Amino acid sequence: MRYLPLTDADRRAMLASIGAPSVDSLFRDVPEAARDPDFDLPRHAGEIEVERELGALAARNVAAGSVPFFLGAGAYRHHVPASVDALIQRGEFLTSYTPYQPEISQGTLQALFEFQTQVALIAGLDVANASMYDGATSCLEAVNMALRVTRRAGVVLSGALHPQYRDVTKTGLRYLSAELDCLPPDFDGTESLVDRIDAGTACVVVQYPDFFGRVRDLAPLSEACRDAGALLIVAVTEVVALGALRSPGEMGADIVAAEGKSIGNPLTFGGPYVGLFACRERHVRQMPGRLAGEALDADGKRGWVLTLATREQHIRREKSTSNICTNSGLCALAFTIHMSLLGEEGFSRLARLNHAKAAMLADRLDSIPGAEVVNDSFFNEFTLRLDRPAAEVVDELAGRGVLAGVPVSRLLPGEPEAAPFLLVAATETTDEGDIAALEAALREALR
Amino acid sequence: MSAGTGAIRHRGLRFEEPLIFEQGAEGKTGVDLPDVPKIKDRLGGLARKTPIGLPGLSEPQIVRHFTRLSQKNYAIDTGLYPLGSCTMKHNPRLNEKLARLPGFGDIHPLQPESTVQGALALMERLSDWLKALTGMPAIALSPAAGAHGEWTGLMTIRSAHEAAGDARKRVLVPDSAHGTNPASAAMCGYEVAAVPLNARGRVDLGALKAALDDDVAAFMLTNPNTCGLFEDEILDQAEAVHEAGAYFYCDGANFNAIVGRVRPGDLGIDCMHLNLHKTFSTPHGGGGPGSGPIALCEALVPFAPVPYVAEGPDGLRLVESDASGTAFGRVKGFHGQMGMFVRALAYILSHGIDGLRQASSDAVLNANYVSAGLADLMSLPYEGPCMHEVLFDDAFLKDTGVTTLDLAKAMIDEGYHPATIYFPLVVHGALLLEPTETESKESLDHLIATLRRIVERALAGKPDEFHAAPVDAPRRRFDETAAARRPVLRWRPPAAEDRAAE
Repeated sequence: MRYLPLTDADRRAMLASIGAPSVDSLFRDVPEAARDPDFDLPRHAGEIEVERELGALAARNVAAGSVPFFLGAGAYRHHVPASVDALIQRGEFLTSYTPYQPEISQGTLQALFEFQTQVALIAGLDVANASMYDGATSCLEAVNMALRVTRRAGVVLSGALHPQYRDVTKTGLRYLSAELDCLPPDFDGTESLVDRIDAGTACVVVQYPDFFGRVRDLAPLSEACRDAGALLIVAVTEVVALGALRSPGEMGADIVAAEGKSIGNPLTFGGPYVGLFACRERHVRQMPGRLAGEALDADGKRGWVLTLATREQHIRREKSTSNICTNSGLCALAFTIHMSLLGEEGFSRLARLNHAKAAMLADRLDSIPGAEVVNDSFFNEFTLRLDRPAAEVVDELAGRGVLAGVPVSRLLPGEPEAAPFLLVAATETTDEGDIAALEAALREALR
Repeated sequence: MSAGTGAIRHRGLRFEEPLIFEQGAEGKTGVDLPDVPKIKDRLGGLARKTPIGLPGLSEPQIVRHFTRLSQKNYAIDTGLYPLGSCTMKHNPRLNEKLARLPGFGDIHPLQPESTVQGALALMERLSDWLKALTGMPAIALSPAAGAHGEWTGLMTIRSAHEAAGDARKRVLVPDSAHGTNPASAAMCGYEVAAVPLNARGRVDLGALKAALDDDVAAFMLTNPNTCGLFEDEILDQAEAVHEAGAYFYCDGANFNAIVGRVRPGDLGIDCMHLNLHKTFSTPHGGGGPGSGPIALCEALVPFAPVPYVAEGPDGLRLVESDASGTAFGRVKGFHGQMGMFVRALAYILSHGIDGLRQASSDAVLNANYVSAGLADLMSLPYEGPCMHEVLFDDAFLKDTGVTTLDLAKAMIDEGYHPATIYFPLVVHGALLLEPTETESKESLDHLIATLRRIVERALAGKPDEFHAAPVDAPRRRFDETAAARRPVLRWRPPAAEDRAAE
């Protein structure tokens, strides 16, 4: 077996130095009844065979890049520069562990410090952690943090929050002392979150741009939160938007819980992605997750360490701020490298490009009889109302080689009102040919 | 403190590397994007008006920056990484290549099911292997890491108890458990009670029985345990747990010791997470991503989280919402860590059942070989054989003025990543070594010889050398206390720093 360096001669010699008659004898503490059951499973395989087998499975999927493609709803297809993947595959990054020994982990730690700085800057907040699993779990952790900070129980979730973020948050709060106020799906953008805030409210969670693509000024909501002593949590599923829009922090957000996948990371069927988590300096000791911080070594040289570990599970156990240990290190590194390549100018241009493509797409689709753009505002994704059930149309178009978007009913099953709505996203990868293909196919389907 | 590039001095292949924020210049970029078409903006009047403050650098600068940073990391690819409880084994590059096939890497989680049949089949294939290897009837793939799996497993258990009208308050966790165990239990709203170990480094069966009552929801055991030992009374533990109406949870962090040889289902385990980034070698990546699927017994299946893959009339389908109303919900966005599923399945198919069994056998053999090579010089708190890792305490350092931490730092100067230290908490000055099965005998001989030399130096009474270590790493020891007292968690422009100091 190519990954196992010991030879039989090695094994014999090693057993002799241990003084054990056989490897089996080393397993003598296993109850006899449970030793070496029969497994009816295949034997080892060479690279050629494994590549053929998994290659065949991969070939049964329609890759996004092979067709006109318009899906978003929390996972956006962006171009990742070639150098990002080349750099994250360096063995020193790929095959290292969490940086517990800072003297020999400065590469990971400095990159995390850069990551934290980038995330704090785009969120418009003071500090950020070294990543969570994904946007949805970041959102749950933000709510948990707000419960700790405010010592209140009320949690208001906007009806324009991504349904999976809502669901993960609901799951997480199920057995904790929280009172959840989950607003119904806000199809028409008329919900009033301010009215739901009272003296028991720990936090309000709102998405920006929202699940339906709308861009709303959060300043009035943040004022209402501040007046009531509640925290405003802003979920962002498409971080590229923050290159074109005012930051949540600028509008008064206390915590930003975002999905960072769009920068540096491939679609990969939904994971691994990278949760971004930023907040205000005064709440830093209530933050979940790892934090890289600046430190001086014995020679007075600047470097980085994992810091404020007394918040964490390996020290505080059941009193920790979160159970998270392994997070999304390598995805965070990919984010950092891509964001570094973009820089101020690149990030801003990328965002404006996304918006322009979406605006062009919206105009074209809006002209189709039976289709109507619902949004008055959007970034790179908007909601289309069709005069047929969107799920049906999407399946039909998939059969014709166009991946048209995400039917809202897929994420809001059991909501009959969701049926006509289709989420459509464009990014810098969308070209005129794609737009023309979707327009033609949709025209045909709605005829 | 500021690292102006003029002051930096490189030494040989050791480069000093400033932050990107200290290198950027306005107008530079590392990407060439097309011109933005002119459109009327629909940003709702919320277009950004002020710059973000991101530095601009070109691609060659970025490539050099991150390459230099990478060279400041110790990694499996550079050397033996005996970090106990973390299973730092070789990460095959075939798995990286396969995860990047467009058919896996470039598919959207919400594409119509008809366009992702291969992905769903892969998830099912992986589940089938994990079921067979654990001897348990169901797998929930979505948890993102080990701790996330623990939490998901306990949520499943709590849902099952609540559905039976048998709400319970408490989870039992051995003193030796990973910190994530009690933290996960607390996130499910459980109280946590500790169970002590016996003199043999295993859970004290009498104490476990005494702690079990009808308020105990689950007993969380790591097996092999964090002392590197197999819990030889596990069948009696299971019987006692089940008799009390509780579920038996297994932390699968150490599954690498027994995979292909022992099925946790045969040991009475009801629920267990598997760290794909340990046992099945998906790369740790400097702290993730991981993947922590859970295996479930029959009684827990109805309460498993969504989503899961099922057979449908037109092929495989994803069940994303629960029609029966018993599933407790969703734990993560989308369907789990697909990129890790591809890598783990590639690892499993490469090994096959014979290779997996050989891997766990070699992992255990290697740990016992290291143990035998050091037992006369260092102190073993518990009698062996050990499983895939060997635990030492610091009794052998008594009166030397050298601590476990000093020893770990001395390992760095000898070209090694240190062992896990001060964990588990049940022995004094713990040092936990896990060589893994992907080390050769020559590599282990070198580790043993090096550790012997270090220990002999410690016993010879030169503590000052140890207190100074490491001296050959990119950095020496840090003042971590000062770093935590006034945390600096991000870069700020120098001007802002001056203002803050005023």
